[in-house]
Amino acid sequence: MKRKQKNKTSAGFIPLIKTLGGSIREYKKASILTPLFVMVEVVLECLIPYIMTLLLGTISYISGTNQNSDPLIEKIVIFLSHGAAEPNLLLVILQFGLGLIFTAFVSLLCGARSGKYCATASSGFAKNLRKDIYSRIQGFSFSNIDKFSTASLVTRLTTDVTNVEMSYMMIIRTAIRAPFMLIFSLIMAFTINAQMALIFLCTSPILAIGLYFIMTKAIPFFNRIFHKYDAMNESVEENVRGMRVVKSYVREDYEMEKFEKASSSVKEDFVKAEKLIALNTPLMNFCVYFGIIAIYIVGSILIIKSNQSLLQLTELQSFMTYSFQILMSLMMVSMIMVMVIMSYASAQRICEVLNEKSSILSPENAVTEVKDGSVEFDNVNFKYSEKAENYALSDINLKIESGETVGIIGATGSSKTSLVQLIPRLYDVNEGSVKVAGVDVRNYDLEVLRNAVAMVLQKNVLFSGTIKENMRWGDKNATDEEIMHACKLAQADEFIQGFPDKYDTYIEQGGVNVSGGQKQRLCIARALLKKPKILILDDSTSAVDTKTDALIRQALRSYMPETTKIIIAQRIASVQEADKILIMDGGTITAMGKHEDLIKNNAIYKELYYSQNKEAK
Amino acid sequence: MAMKTPAGRGANMRGGHGRAKKGTMGRLLAMLIKNNKKLLSVIVVCLFISSVTGVMSSLFLNNILTKLSEGLELLPPSGNLTTAEAWNTILPDLMKIFITMICVYVAGIIASFIYTRLMATLTQTFLHQIRTSMFNKMQFYPIRFFDTNKTGDIMSVYTNDTDALRQLVSQSIPSLLTATISVITLLILMFSFSIWLSLVIFLGIFVMSMVTKSVGGNSAKYFMRQQNSLGKEEGYIQEMMRGQKVIKVFCHEEESIEGFDEKNEQLCEDSRKAHMFANILMPIMGNLGNLLYVLIAFVGGLLVVLGARNLTITGFQEYNPTAFLVTIMSFLPISKQFTAQISQTSQQLNSIVMGLAGASRIFELMDHDPETDNGYVTLVRCRIAEDGTITECEERTGHWAWKHPHKADGTITYTELKGDIQMFDVDFGYVPEKIVLHDINLYANPGQKIAFVGATGAGKTTITNLINRFYDIADGKIRYDGININKIKKADLRRSLGIVLQDTNLFTGTVMENIRYGRLSASDEDCIAAAKLAYADDFIRRLPDGYNTMLTSDGANLSQGQRQLLSIARAAVKDAPVMILDEATSSIDTRTEALVQKGTDRLMEGRTVFVIAHRLSTVQNSDVIMVLEYGNIIERGSHEELIAKRGKYYQLYTGAFELE
Repeated sequence: MKRKQKNKTSAGFIPLIKTLGGSIREYKKASILTPLFVMVEVVLECLIPYIMTLLLGTISYISGTNQNSDPLIEKIVIFLSHGAAEPNLLLVILQFGLGLIFTAFVSLLCGARSGKYCATASSGFAKNLRKDIYSRIQGFSFSNIDKFSTASLVTRLTTDVTNVEMSYMMIIRTAIRAPFMLIFSLIMAFTINAQMALIFLCTSPILAIGLYFIMTKAIPFFNRIFHKYDAMNESVEENVRGMRVVKSYVREDYEMEKFEKASSSVKEDFVKAEKLIALNTPLMNFCVYFGIIAIYIVGSILIIKSNQSLLQLTELQSFMTYSFQILMSLMMVSMIMVMVIMSYASAQRICEVLNEKSSILSPENAVTEVKDGSVEFDNVNFKYSEKAENYALSDINLKIESGETVGIIGATGSSKTSLVQLIPRLYDVNEGSVKVAGVDVRNYDLEVLRNAVAMVLQKNVLFSGTIKENMRWGDKNATDEEIMHACKLAQADEFIQGFPDKYDTYIEQGGVNVSGGQKQRLCIARALLKKPKILILDDSTSAVDTKTDALIRQALRSYMPETTKIIIAQRIASVQEADKILIMDGGTITAMGKHEDLIKNNAIYKELYYSQNKEAK
Repeated sequence: MAMKTPAGRGANMRGGHGRAKKGTMGRLLAMLIKNNKKLLSVIVVCLFISSVTGVMSSLFLNNILTKLSEGLELLPPSGNLTTAEAWNTILPDLMKIFITMICVYVAGIIASFIYTRLMATLTQTFLHQIRTSMFNKMQFYPIRFFDTNKTGDIMSVYTNDTDALRQLVSQSIPSLLTATISVITLLILMFSFSIWLSLVIFLGIFVMSMVTKSVGGNSAKYFMRQQNSLGKEEGYIQEMMRGQKVIKVFCHEEESIEGFDEKNEQLCEDSRKAHMFANILMPIMGNLGNLLYVLIAFVGGLLVVLGARNLTITGFQEYNPTAFLVTIMSFLPISKQFTAQISQTSQQLNSIVMGLAGASRIFELMDHDPETDNGYVTLVRCRIAEDGTITECEERTGHWAWKHPHKADGTITYTELKGDIQMFDVDFGYVPEKIVLHDINLYANPGQKIAFVGATGAGKTTITNLINRFYDIADGKIRYDGININKIKKADLRRSLGIVLQDTNLFTGTVMENIRYGRLSASDEDCIAAAKLAYADDFIRRLPDGYNTMLTSDGANLSQGQRQLLSIARAAVKDAPVMILDEATSSIDTRTEALVQKGTDRLMEGRTVFVIAHRLSTVQNSDVIMVLEYGNIIERGSHEELIAKRGKYYQLYTGAFELE
């Protein structure tokens, strides 16, 4: 869904190149040297058949099979005979041979150099590109992140970059080589005989028009296909992840049918697009083959009618060598074309990320100190996207003093999370303002603000690494004692000590080797290490039993009295002792007060309280 | 589904990015040929015509040059005809050659037109066949397969490996075919021209294949490494992208970039080396070709000068320097073509190595054993007469029965589907060495609500995994309405169970489609009624398009609680006699949960419900609560009984004991 909307605004070709080109940087040298070496290689490579022609001409001149040879060969023979009156054929051939071997050797060296530089340039470019995309994503705000799905970001960083890398490699090497070879072969063809070389030029407009037609038709085709292809793969992933559901509902046949449909539709589209691209080969063949026939006809006439004075037999032969070279370079051009078409869509998708502006940035002259933990919401209205009809939060007015504990209770979907996310400026309000320590959050330096506001997210994540490493996310320089202290506060120390490796226990990706409740406590400890002015716990103790939950709250109260604590919870017990309890419903605060007030005056609160404390009554 | 998978429970599917197994190519070709015989035969014929056409050019050159030199013989100084006369003498023969050329070329162009188009069809058809075959087979793999393999690894077979295969099928295989045909034709041509010169070519081939082996081998090695570091980087990216919001909250962007850089540098290095070797191979091959070209000319020139006689397959030719020279001239482009073919083929080496490695993993994915199912008891619609006799029928009656054919005497008995589940002395372990459930005995009668509580890893979910036979028990017996569940066909067994899992999984589609997943024949009204029952109707109506709102990426636009409500609605529409709720309301606030419970209780009146929950308030009103610890049921009884008992449950309830 996310991608479909964006691709309508596909960027033009030039800005695309500009954006991507910015990632070449230190590999400019290699990127320039590659084509230079390629050029030398191609020149030498094209010279070889020419020298061959001369050699054959010389042989036939000296052995006397052809008397009307051209003056150039005569000069060469004189030069290579080193003034000897009778040219020594063997010596001449030997010298020619050495010259040719030398040429081929230098060409090989240049080719190898260019190959090396090309590898450096393209893999370096890809590296920079990945780095740029990755850094850009790191700069994204929450709403930027919401826009792209995780899967699509991963694809952009891997498959798409690889596609562009391949194209880049083709462009700096083959795309220089092919046209250069084409031009040089044409020049050589012209030096041999201009009339015949013209034939090649005649076929080129046909080729150009054909290629243009294929290109313009195929690019939009491929753009569409890649979306379908992605969607198909996403549905496979969905199927794999949801296999328990599939099997529980005995939906194997249904899933197979669904996939068969998706897969055939991808197939159909791919076939159509590739058939279009496939026109390339016969088109090339057509131009080259008929060029060759024309050359043979014209060449034959020229040779006989002029009795070799305009064109020699040997020249016709080397002409053919050039025409094969031309054929080869045209084939390369068509390969490049296919590659470019395929990677164009990838390039666009990369640029989408690179050109995405972070919607939340630190302002200039930002405030760099958060004085205290007071929070104020002033007539706040908020929605997740400009297009959304309903506000997620409306008319929020709230004042929290520094050091207060605030509880938030509300039904599923009542925007509790939305409310607290505005405090560390994970999203910006649409109307009104949110102030921390009396200053609008939009005026703070982002890092300063977020370091002062620690938030434990509802959907929490631990990263692969040891417990200590995970803890140091909160404070890079935390000592082992500080880490242990934080874990004690979060009631995590006890179970950590129970692990064989204690604080060096390795947490697997996604934290699969710790239980839900343990994960939550580790996440709280991590947040505590930031020593925040404001601590937000978004349903962070739901998997922790009531007693431990109480111990955590007690620890927070006694060890962090200065810190403002905002607690979202399902359990009344978690917020019961708060200085202020907010009850939210449908994006508004419907009631606010202390436990004692609410239990008397608020029906919802009362009902919740008694439903959860039936036995305690 | 990795949640319940301790590392090492099973072998990882990706034992490293190894090389392809032996026989992969053969199997791939067999598959390709088996399913696409017609298409392939046309392609091979056209490919043959088109390759031969390319080779023929050299033959034409030879013929024309021979004719022309004959013509030149007629001209002064050796002859005495005028140019016009000489032209007219050779014209008929030349015309013949030109006309043949035009015919051959036209045939070649048509052939290449046909085969390139068919190749597109073949490649995509084959990929489609591979994809669907993988997918279809995968649907019947046991849950164990999905528990022991990472989703990312399975996905990479569908994406990366299939892409590699695409390269192999669409480019490498035809290129190999073309090369083989061309090389054979060229060899024949060369022998017919000159055996001496052909020997020089053989020398060249030998050197070139050695170079391909050493340089290409290196390149292939580094390409494998590159795939490996690409995989590592992908893993890192995936982890970071999933935790991106945490990174933001902790201002951890710099560190995350640093970690990325490290992996990125490694990838860049491997990729540089891989491409370097691949890139160097091309100029080496090209210039070896050039050297060979020179060598042939040199040897040829030498032979002419030394007055050697040419040797062809038809034997020694008469001494004729002019004819020999013409032969050399025609031989040179052939050698050029020959080496070009070989160096082009060597370029395919990496695609072949990677494609085969990909194919090997694809086959591995296809080679797992499907879920075994020896059940023969099936679920049928039935009519129940007043005297209790059951007759099978086609139409919906609201009654179901187990149809039980007895092999011994060939009779069929019918048992009404009620939802009575019993377990006797059940033992179970995910791996034989580690038993996680011991001696489980359980009697669930229709109308009862059975709850499981216990710490993570106590075996609550495992018990439900056994009831629906996601896993098979090691010892003991499970009976469903008195029938051993091993005798019941798995599909029918699962059809009789409604399950709501802890991890909600929604599918791309509308809200309505997601609810209907429970019963495909359900009408819109049925779905809405189920949604109302699950208390989901309210929020669904507030979505932008109500029931027609599209859900993507596992319902990313819904809150966790809302997704749970939807999956309850999905199970409700299935309307099964037995329902299993595994932490189904963990993210729903207690007030909503109470409303949902009221709905499900009404739905499940007279039926069997299993509840697994963390929150004790969820299980409080169950008929029987089982407390599990380390795979043993340590306490059982109603809430009141267990409280009175003052055991583990009482401790849990009063918070004296921690549930972890």
